[in-house]
Amino acid sequence: MDTSRSAPDRQRDYVLRTVEERGIRFVRLWFTDVQGFLKSFAITPAELEVALAEGLSFDGTSIDGFSRVSEADMLARPDPATFQILPWRRGGDTARMFCDIVTPDGAPFPGDPRHVLRRNLERAAELGYSFYVGPELEYFYFADAGPEPKVLDRGGYFDLTPLDVAQEYRRDTILALEKLGIPVEFSHHEVSPSQHELDLRYTDALTMADNLVTTRLAVKEVAMEHGIYATFMPKPLERYDGSGLHLHLSLFQGDENAFHEGSDPYGLSKVARGFIAGLLHHAGEITAVTNQWVNSYKRLVGGFDAPIYETWARNDQTALVRVPTTKRGKIDSTRIEYRSPDPACNPYLAFSVILAAGLAGVENAYELPPEMGEDVLTMSAGERTAAGIRRLPANLADALRAMESSELVRAALGDHVFEWFLRNKHREWRDYQQHVSRFELEEYLPVL
Amino acid sequence: MFVAVYPPAPSSALTAALLGAGFQPVPVDDVAQVGTREPEQGWVAAVVELGDDVGLGALVGRKIREEHGIGVLLVADRTVTADLGEFDGFDDFVLTPIDVAELRVRLGRIGSKAVLDSAGDEVLRFGDLELNTSTYQASVGSRPIDLTYMEYELLRFFVEHPNRVWSREQILSKVWGYDYFGGSRTVDVHVRRLRAKLGESRASWITTVRSVGYRFG
Repeated sequence: MDTSRSAPDRQRDYVLRTVEERGIRFVRLWFTDVQGFLKSFAITPAELEVALAEGLSFDGTSIDGFSRVSEADMLARPDPATFQILPWRRGGDTARMFCDIVTPDGAPFPGDPRHVLRRNLERAAELGYSFYVGPELEYFYFADAGPEPKVLDRGGYFDLTPLDVAQEYRRDTILALEKLGIPVEFSHHEVSPSQHELDLRYTDALTMADNLVTTRLAVKEVAMEHGIYATFMPKPLERYDGSGLHLHLSLFQGDENAFHEGSDPYGLSKVARGFIAGLLHHAGEITAVTNQWVNSYKRLVGGFDAPIYETWARNDQTALVRVPTTKRGKIDSTRIEYRSPDPACNPYLAFSVILAAGLAGVENAYELPPEMGEDVLTMSAGERTAAGIRRLPANLADALRAMESSELVRAALGDHVFEWFLRNKHREWRDYQQHVSRFELEEYLPVL
Repeated sequence: MFVAVYPPAPSSALTAALLGAGFQPVPVDDVAQVGTREPEQGWVAAVVELGDDVGLGALVGRKIREEHGIGVLLVADRTVTADLGEFDGFDDFVLTPIDVAELRVRLGRIGSKAVLDSAGDEVLRFGDLELNTSTYQASVGSRPIDLTYMEYELLRFFVEHPNRVWSREQILSKVWGYDYFGGSRTVDVHVRRLRAKLGESRASWITTVRSVGYRFG
């Protein structure tokens, strides 16, 4: 290794030289707002050196959930480790870097979701853990972005659009992702018409949050190139399964999978049991973050392969936490799957609260309740209460109420994001409540 | 470019030939000193001059190769060429009297060497892989490959330290540095990506050594 210069200098040098060598004409600087929307501004190579050295200033008041007017100026500092040439711009002359947002005096901005996740990961690192995430990302392709979802396939015998049309879109997306250094393990058509799934290879949580934001954009870009529309809306079709973001989670201590315990009949360590117990215990509080839209709760209803009760099980598709069976000897793949989040969450914040909930269970040695299979669905409400089984929040208002009183979520998100998130989402709920829906018009207008 | 030379008092002909071929000989008393005397930029290779006891020299060569993961060149008298067939654990050999040009070529092939390209940039080569250490660009078969900074640094580390097993923790501390909280599984993720980007026929350059780590070359 060249030890004459520090690693940050070498990283900057790498970016500058690559831009020069590869004829990059624009560099997009990326970050997300509190809701997870990707924000981007493009700079030319001439501005790059200054951007890398000092960061680029922008007006924070223009970004949802960022600064109040009094603290308007923000700096976006590109993270050179995330430099990637974008595969879908013609000619390959555009690259991107994720940014960390700092205040003019150089301190991390507390409203930056990437910083929130970093802070939570640092806390896990202090306890000796690194946090890994492998997501299953579901989404729909529709013919256009109009207000009526038009599916591309219904799987009927004589459909003009055969089922495998979408295979091509999926393949192009996977190729684009591979070029972006995001390996796809598995991809397939999902249960619902026009619904698809991409399973990404696990990485550390910060990289994965970056990867998910990138993947959402790649899926939409490739769809647009084909003249169709891709959406991560949790429940676009009333009568079919919605789109989930099942998250496979594990903690490692150095080279060791901290979730694995060979002598346990389930292969789960005390750490894993504590983590699951923490997730179950705090599930209600963190759901507003993992399922942040009014529409998210249309997915979390019975009968559509989505979890509604705060239970865990080994191989049951209705449980909130599932423990997948791992192949014999595959110690490293011991993991748990958290099944309620949806793909329209802000992954930085969702990973933060999930980690905080799990770690609370580990640190305080919460006791894991017994495994609960599909029986939970046939139990009466009274039986469930007697067994101590709670339901996930039924709508955004319930979820916000559970979050409001959660010290755990406040600590994980930090005061700034916590308070802005609640204000913003309460407003969304109020707007929704004032809305007279098609359901009401169709059901009530003719008869009342 | 440094080469470790055993025995510690080599023939003057060998020393002269090494210097003539552009290498800096560093005598080592035993196998362990190959580790303690390693210069900052690493060894190109080790050169073992076989004496009367061919077996002893060959054994030292094999141990250097196994324990320090560097290539070994034997220097043998023409009379013992046939005996060399009985030994393994070396990469190549030259016969005395030593031809300086031959020595340069053979040592050059053993060490994954840095050469200067036409623009005067330092280029690391392995097979048809080229890493330009000035521009941070990588190519295989003269086709550029897009590497992130960490992928580039990891590949460079491997190319500069071939034939040696590294644990994930070692790789993490040497390539990522100590302040990284991504954890050692991150190494697996990057190795997987490097293999994919290098292409199927070159993916086997990086071998997984079960329950230890990785080896390149």
